[in-house]
Amino acid sequence: MLSYALRRVLSAIPIVFITITVCFFILRLAPGGPFDGERALPPDVLRNLRAYYNLDQPLIVQFFIYVGGVLRGDFGPSMVMQDFTVSRLLAIGLPFTLMLGFTAFILGTVGGFIAGALAAVNQNKWPDYLLVFIVLIPLIIPNFLMANIVQLVFGVYLHWLPVGGYKPGQIMNLVLPVIILSMPHGARVARLVRGSMIEVLGTNYIRTARSKGLGPSLILTRHALKPALLPVVSYLGPGLSYLLTGSLVVEQVFALPGIGKYFITAALNRDYGLVLGTTVLYVFIILVLNLIVDVLYAYLDPKVRLR
Amino acid sequence: MKISQVLKAVATAGALALFMASGASAVTLNLGNGSEPGSLDPHKVSGDWENRIVGEYLEGLVAEDAKSNAIPGQAESWTISDDGTVYTFKLRADAMWSDGQPVVAQNFVDAFQRLFDPKTASEYAYLQFPIKNSAKINGGEITDFNELGVKAIDDKTLEITLEASTPFFLSALTHYTAFPIRKDIIEKFGDQWTQPGNIVGNGPYQIVEWVPGSYLRGVKSDTYYGKDALKIDEIRWDNTEDLTAALNRYRAGELDILTDFPADQYEFLKSNYPDQAHVAPFLGVYYYVLNQSKPPLDNVNIRKALSISVLRDVIGPDVLGTGELPAYGWVPPGTSNYEGAQYLPAWSQEPYDQRVAEAKKLMEEAGYTAANPLKLQLRYNTNENHQRIAVAISDMWKQIGVEVELFNAETAVHYDALRAGDFNVGRAGWLLDYDDASNSLDLLKTGVMQDGEMNWGNNYGRYSNPEFDKLMVDASNELDLVKRAELMHKAEATAMDQFAAIPIYWYVSKNVVSPKISGFEDNAKDVHRVRWLSKAE
Repeated sequence: MLSYALRRVLSAIPIVFITITVCFFILRLAPGGPFDGERALPPDVLRNLRAYYNLDQPLIVQFFIYVGGVLRGDFGPSMVMQDFTVSRLLAIGLPFTLMLGFTAFILGTVGGFIAGALAAVNQNKWPDYLLVFIVLIPLIIPNFLMANIVQLVFGVYLHWLPVGGYKPGQIMNLVLPVIILSMPHGARVARLVRGSMIEVLGTNYIRTARSKGLGPSLILTRHALKPALLPVVSYLGPGLSYLLTGSLVVEQVFALPGIGKYFITAALNRDYGLVLGTTVLYVFIILVLNLIVDVLYAYLDPKVRLR
Repeated sequence: MKISQVLKAVATAGALALFMASGASAVTLNLGNGSEPGSLDPHKVSGDWENRIVGEYLEGLVAEDAKSNAIPGQAESWTISDDGTVYTFKLRADAMWSDGQPVVAQNFVDAFQRLFDPKTASEYAYLQFPIKNSAKINGGEITDFNELGVKAIDDKTLEITLEASTPFFLSALTHYTAFPIRKDIIEKFGDQWTQPGNIVGNGPYQIVEWVPGSYLRGVKSDTYYGKDALKIDEIRWDNTEDLTAALNRYRAGELDILTDFPADQYEFLKSNYPDQAHVAPFLGVYYYVLNQSKPPLDNVNIRKALSISVLRDVIGPDVLGTGELPAYGWVPPGTSNYEGAQYLPAWSQEPYDQRVAEAKKLMEEAGYTAANPLKLQLRYNTNENHQRIAVAISDMWKQIGVEVELFNAETAVHYDALRAGDFNVGRAGWLLDYDDASNSLDLLKTGVMQDGEMNWGNNYGRYSNPEFDKLMVDASNELDLVKRAELMHKAEATAMDQFAAIPIYWYVSKNVVSPKISGFEDNAKDVHRVRWLSKAE
């Protein structure tokens, strides 16, 4: 198992390098640059700016300057958030995004699991219909709209919760964003759990267990749970990375200090350093998550062997 | 004895704490500030959302009153030489930095030298190019910074020499590019000097917290000369990039002022939050650039047909819903140093049907009809409002025999194409950097040859007319403000009579101000310094 994990980690190095290379050149090939704003800059000023960010060097030289920096842990300056280096922005935003993402992940997974299991056990009865219907809502309504609805209901009309903004320690400000972020994830988990649970409950060995006279709760926890978890676990890796990268909307709508929104805004602004930094960080996170899921999968399913 | 002393101290401390807890409820202004500031360095910022922060922690020689007029700031008085080229400023005796050091003339010398230093790479350095030798220093022609026209005569006297008389220079000094800096602080902390804890300012508020992506916080500065008059103790600038969410926060009472709101919410605000939505004229023009460097728009008659067939009266009230006023000229109404009647072409007063008929005739003369339409590409940067306007106008053009292909792209790509001349018609907007007519008219000047390349600056349409250029040169050499305005009026009429571009509407500022806030005055620059505001709890 350990050598497998080690091999996976080593194979991540070329993946990260390829990501940097591809992203770097695709970004530069895209029309428009970081200084193409509404205003034309005088040529002298533009030349000064380009020199300041090494953009006047040949592309290949810029590439090696960048890769050299990354190897030293320096992602370079941000061209839009000029008072911060990319590393510093990521260092400030990442803990928040991770906190938000993991909280939503745990909430969504647990909530989705319970809902899915309840629906499966009550298949084709009213709790099942009700849950299936509820689960559809966050999958159909896009989360920026959902965010606005909960802001209006719980913030503007009921005054139960703050509508937006965040200051370290203000936990109440995170309630709405976490719920909004966790809902689509929870819904997907619920659907997966329901499906696989129904399938497992229909298998021969469960029928055998039932005919042996085992109680429903024992059958559920002892025999059905583990195999029913398999498809869910395979979804958890991508699901978590989706939560971490997909916090863009939630961060923007609720004015939260995470890194999710840099992903899009930096690309639109052609903030080369920040786009690359965020991408490399996410690639790294996703690789780690996939590794964890693979190991977990092997533990749950004896048919899978790590080689 | 000792015990009683301790008891006394405890009692005093307790009473003090109680007093502070009850009496010191700080008045906080929660400001929905729009975007995230890219920087707090006055030589690096470029947006109005950054100005709203930088202009609170720093103050220039000249400051702004509630209506955004230039008033004495760090300079208590000044004299101007008869030829208008030498300004001598007397700094306030009580002007101080937040770390207790006095503000001295050298701080301004340091600031201007840094602004023009090519190594600083300041985007907006050109705004202060009226200062003697500044452009040459910025371009690397002059390397001795002592040749810059900014000199400290003594600690409290500053002399600024200009290239030529510049009537809007005082107004330009209210801009953040003219704010002082602390060279020692910048040298000590490098790029980190704007971080809370390091940052030192001379303005009414001091930056104490910056959470990127979320908010900044400033508190009243103890060293500011006007601190006793400040009614707001603390400012929180919140990121409000999502306008709908920001409006929700305002409605829940979390924000006191919004600096923008979704245009489609204007009717809702007017009926549900009366008098809270402030829509006011703003110095700027929304226009369509016509690429005159290649056919077919090098033909003035086609440009005319396109311009007169745009029904501007419906854009503001109906297409946008915020009531922007139709624009037919190039200089926004209310711009300073521009005495005289606003440019209004005769055709703008004709009935629309008549204008369309005339446009049709012009198009037919150029060989285009409904059967054989002129094909044009209309580019705009991706934005819902730009799209609405583009759709409406392409419909107006359809009836005169123009087939429009709409093409939208993100901002960086859009302006890259405009600069490269790779378009027929393109959407653009111009907000005046400083309150002077020349700032908008300069946009239509012929490009200049630099390093073997034509630099067209912001003149994306490449309009070029020697008569217009000459009028602008004459205006910049004219010391008499009335005569200067006359020349510029002539220049504006010259360019607009030739349909150098299609002005569509004059911008408006869109603020939402809580009834708790007083002292908020709508003004054409949309600058509202917090020192003039107060908040009722």
